[in-house]
Amino acid sequence: MYDSWLLRVLRRGARVTETAPRPEQLAGAAVPVRLNLRGSLQLRHVDAGSCNGCELEIASIFSPFYDAEQYGIRLVASPRHADAALVTGPVTKNMAGPLRTTIEALGAPAIVIALGDCAKNCGVFAGAYGVEGSVTDVASVQLEIPGCPPAPADIIAALRGLSQT
Amino acid sequence: MNAAGISVWQIGSVAVQVALCVVGAPLLVGLMRTVRCRLEGRVGPPVRQTWRDLRKLLAKQRTQPEQSSFFFAVAPVVLVATTIVVIAFTPMVTTRTALLGGSDLFAIVFLLLLGSVSLALAALDTGTAFGGMGSSRLMAIVALAEPALLVAILALAAPVHSSSLPVIVAGSLHHPMWLATPQRLLAFGAFVIVILAESGRLPVDNPATHLELTMIHEALMLEYSGPDLAFVVLGESLRLTVLLALLSNLFFPWGIATALTGVSFVVAIAVLAAKVALLAVAVAAGEVAVAKLRLFRVPELLAGAFVLSVLAVLSALVIA
Repeated sequence: MYDSWLLRVLRRGARVTETAPRPEQLAGAAVPVRLNLRGSLQLRHVDAGSCNGCELEIASIFSPFYDAEQYGIRLVASPRHADAALVTGPVTKNMAGPLRTTIEALGAPAIVIALGDCAKNCGVFAGAYGVEGSVTDVASVQLEIPGCPPAPADIIAALRGLSQT
Repeated sequence: MNAAGISVWQIGSVAVQVALCVVGAPLLVGLMRTVRCRLEGRVGPPVRQTWRDLRKLLAKQRTQPEQSSFFFAVAPVVLVATTIVVIAFTPMVTTRTALLGGSDLFAIVFLLLLGSVSLALAALDTGTAFGGMGSSRLMAIVALAEPALLVAILALAAPVHSSSLPVIVAGSLHHPMWLATPQRLLAFGAFVIVILAESGRLPVDNPATHLELTMIHEALMLEYSGPDLAFVVLGESLRLTVLLALLSNLFFPWGIATALTGVSFVVAIAVLAAKVALLAVAVAAGEVAVAKLRLFRVPELLAGAFVLSVLAVLSALVIA
């Protein structure tokens, strides 16, 4: 049945956010409890050579529809403020140095999250001339979120598992 | 009463308003964020989110850039300490404050400035490009905003012939007609613009930005982490709270305790919290509707605030 904008606003306010799936612990992901985030997760996003597919999905988890901010998840402007580096794409030769510097600049305790299949195993870019390797080859990764690109709901579920909300 | 003529209530009021501000300031920032999210059609984080962030930050490691000096480490403490002194001196709960001698409008404005300057110096101290850019921008804005703030309060000080804040607040309580005079309305306009500029809200600065090139206040804290960052965030929220409390008590003084009794204190605290929360919701709702001004247009806005406050002083003189 067609749900008019006016009816929806009258029923639940002008809210467009959908109910998100429950948080899940990804299989095989050893999420360190030492982070002790309890509902406050700040991410520093690093595009190490991505095709921007994962970036579109990251942008959409902060859209009104998914609204990751309601779980205390935020992107921040400095690695000093972040609890995790959110790395996308295969690591290109030019981005390997900046990625290492960013991970070094994270204030402890902090982890590295590999988002998407390229970050995990280079995906379709495996063996390309400009590619240094996957994120796992450059840094120690504590959480992998698979998918090409991962669906926004999957990203939120994994991040909620991490921040214990 | 003791020999100095200061009662337990007066000392208690200072302690209460400091405690109330430290606990309430992060909640106030959280409330503004939640209101903004709701108006954008989002659920938004809970109001206590800022406290969650602070609790986590206090447990994290603090970092210091290799080339920076001790000033980088002390600046967040200076920011919080000066703001707490301002809170102690501002008449929030009662006009009969224990610190009557220090509650001068010049002292308040310069103490607020000290916090900004220490943060700007610390950002220069890091030696990064964005830190220097942020501090030069902050100084440009502060240099234009502070005179407008001083002159605006001066227009309120003229009718009572005193620069003491409790006297100004008590004066407008005794003469309710003053609240609708031209100089009040002009000073109110100037005051609102200055508060938005001083606390880094839209349209002067966007507190939620990730773009380093558009940052002003955010650029100053890029190198801070852990407890230092928690102090900077707490200090900024305290500044916003004290400015909104000052705005509400100077222009809407009803509810503030003029007698030193328990009942009037409880009423004063409740009314103050309601007034400040209402102003914060109004600011947040206004922010949804406006875009950030181009940096080169900000001096024009602040010059406008200064003109408003000069006109306020002139009309105060003409009417007197």
